[in-house]
Amino acid sequence: MKKFSQLMAVLTVACAFALPAARANNAPAVEKKAQPSSVEQQAARTTADHSKFKELQKDFKDGPEVTRACLSCHTEAGKQVMKTKHWTWEWRNPENNQLLGKKHVINNFCTATASNEAFCSACHIGYGMRDKNFDFTNQENIDCLACHDTTGDYKKLPGLAGHPAYKQMEFPPKSGKLVPAVDLQEVAQSVGATSRATCGACHFLGGGGDAVKHGDLDTSMRNPKRYLDVHMDVNGLNFSCGTCHATKGHNIPGSRYTPTGRDDVAQHIRGKVDTSNPTTCQSCHGLKPHKEDSILTTKLNEHTDKLACQTCHIPQYARGGKPTKMVWDWSTAGKLKDGKPFKIMDSAGHEAYSTIKGNFVYESDVVPEYQWINGKVKYTLLGDPVNTNGVTEINHYYGSAEDGLSRIWPVKVFRGKQPYDLETKSLLVPHTAVGYGEKDDTAFWQNFKWDAALKAGAEASGQPFGGKFDFVATTMTWPITHMVAPKEDALTCTQCHSKSGRLQGVKGIYMPGRDANQWLDLIGWLATLGTLIGVIGHGALRIYMARKAG
Amino acid sequence: MSGPSTKIYVFKVFERFWHWSQAALIIFLLMTGFEIHGAYENFGFKDAVHHHIVAAWTLVGLWVFAIFWHLTTGEWKQYIPTLKKVDAMIKFYLTGIFTNAPHPFRATRLKKHNPLQRLAYLGVMLFIGPLIWFSGWFYIFYGNWKDWGWDKYLSLEWVAFFHTMAAFMMLVFLIAHLYLTTAGHTPTSHIKAMITGWEEVDAEEPTEAKQG
Repeated sequence: MKKFSQLMAVLTVACAFALPAARANNAPAVEKKAQPSSVEQQAARTTADHSKFKELQKDFKDGPEVTRACLSCHTEAGKQVMKTKHWTWEWRNPENNQLLGKKHVINNFCTATASNEAFCSACHIGYGMRDKNFDFTNQENIDCLACHDTTGDYKKLPGLAGHPAYKQMEFPPKSGKLVPAVDLQEVAQSVGATSRATCGACHFLGGGGDAVKHGDLDTSMRNPKRYLDVHMDVNGLNFSCGTCHATKGHNIPGSRYTPTGRDDVAQHIRGKVDTSNPTTCQSCHGLKPHKEDSILTTKLNEHTDKLACQTCHIPQYARGGKPTKMVWDWSTAGKLKDGKPFKIMDSAGHEAYSTIKGNFVYESDVVPEYQWINGKVKYTLLGDPVNTNGVTEINHYYGSAEDGLSRIWPVKVFRGKQPYDLETKSLLVPHTAVGYGEKDDTAFWQNFKWDAALKAGAEASGQPFGGKFDFVATTMTWPITHMVAPKEDALTCTQCHSKSGRLQGVKGIYMPGRDANQWLDLIGWLATLGTLIGVIGHGALRIYMARKAG
Repeated sequence: MSGPSTKIYVFKVFERFWHWSQAALIIFLLMTGFEIHGAYENFGFKDAVHHHIVAAWTLVGLWVFAIFWHLTTGEWKQYIPTLKKVDAMIKFYLTGIFTNAPHPFRATRLKKHNPLQRLAYLGVMLFIGPLIWFSGWFYIFYGNWKDWGWDKYLSLEWVAFFHTMAAFMMLVFLIAHLYLTTAGHTPTSHIKAMITGWEEVDAEEPTEAKQG
């Protein structure tokens, strides 16, 4: 007996060594000093003070005049900008030859730019895009300030065809709110690198308002805290958009038109020519992003063959307190109350109905949907037939477990209902918006008449329109990649490795905890139960017989 | 079932250490394994995975020692299968055990396992064991499949299938084994033997004595 207890002691000690206790990571995080934003870093590096340039010591009367001054020194900038999607609003996908870009795609938010240019061009990096006759070859039409303003005072207003307010004006029209005239000299003398604020002036407000479109980009990202975005944290790394969208010669990498579904290239190294996408997580973090200091972190790294980093590290989107639009039903638009347009707010104070746009659903802290993405995308463009029996995918992201080119991504799926032509089965472009102060009987947002709006939209977009239309259900998919949470907030194992976890619908993989062979489980548990009943019965009989004999 | 008895020394120190640490590890592996499988919740998936892998490697280490011990001491011969008296053993468990009939096998130092035990333990060590080890190793090294070119031949679904199948077999064995420990001279004499090494057996020594 003594020997045995010694043995058990040895065994206990051996187990204690063999089972390294789960490392308690309770050490307080080292308080990091606030780092200068990349804009400030850039300013510290710059060798020029624009306020001292004599070219900028003048009263500019409009934007193009500022651009002329810019181009007098930045001689190549205009040529560079003109090659970009930001300028052309046009881009041909070399993989399937589809002509994309804002000029051509149709979405299920405000749908399309054709016939609405004067309004939409508040987010074009140009001046004067009023209609399809805009001069894309004139460098003086480039709006340098939209991206290079550092004052925060430069605002392009919808309806001004890409111009800011040169004189004080009431905006929105008839709102009673006044927008002051922009001080172009001040703005021009303060130019600098792009920032979260300048990129966000359009990309945070896409789809007609704050947070509406992307779900992972909204005004809460102007000065995010660590919880919202671990890289852009104003008290931490303080990345600007350009830190990842590392731009050379105005050509900004990273696009939903050509996403990188699976980056296997690993870290970019200085001096080495890297043609791969610099915006991927892997381009900095590599293919083994977790420090391998335990069985579990090694296991985590093994997940990178199937999962995009975003899947675990962006547990929800719209996390900054700004709800994002999830549903937009155009079919109910146009109702009037006492002959007037009206709005209905939801319990959180967000629009649930608006005469000019229809019904909406907003949501915050949204759990993404998940799907395989390999980077190939196909759009349903004007003229392409819609699926009248079900849902039409505005954009379809390809990918599968088998192609070796995909990873599982979180996505926002935006669901809508929008007009299509009953004869051609093509989506239709409604003419909605007009220029500031203009009257237009065909514009939907003025007269709420679909027939006239669709006819005008079809004419502007060069589509035939027979006059008969209906509404079709559509989805648009938005890969989620911003709002990266700190590692403490990443998904836990069980959020996917369970019977009704997040990746429930993702096919092509076997996941312990989610998947099991039903037959094996049935037979296994029956055998276990049978054995248990057998031994209990056998034992009971023994006891009974012993008592009887005894 | 308990007549006059005597004691013999059956299980050596290492054997007992091996048996009990293996028992603890196997029960722990079944618990964590079925949690990973999604059968119930206890540690949580993350800790279950961690503990399962650590326990598995600990058991591998234990087996290395056990194999070495069996080979060097010649104890491996205890598991040489025999069909002799297997029918008598089955008959005993089906009828004789209820009527206090004499046990058809009597343990000695040289023959500590009855013929059914030999077959069962050999099955565990030659079939369930390897099945669970190899499927388990494939599972553990999943992250290396691509580097080693194994991904062409293996699918996680089938590796998990065989690993789970072996786990069910081990579970069934465990239940039957636990019950049969009560089938000795007295209901606790086997368990005592496994703890102290000394087994209580029937005193009279005819050609056939009871033991299980």
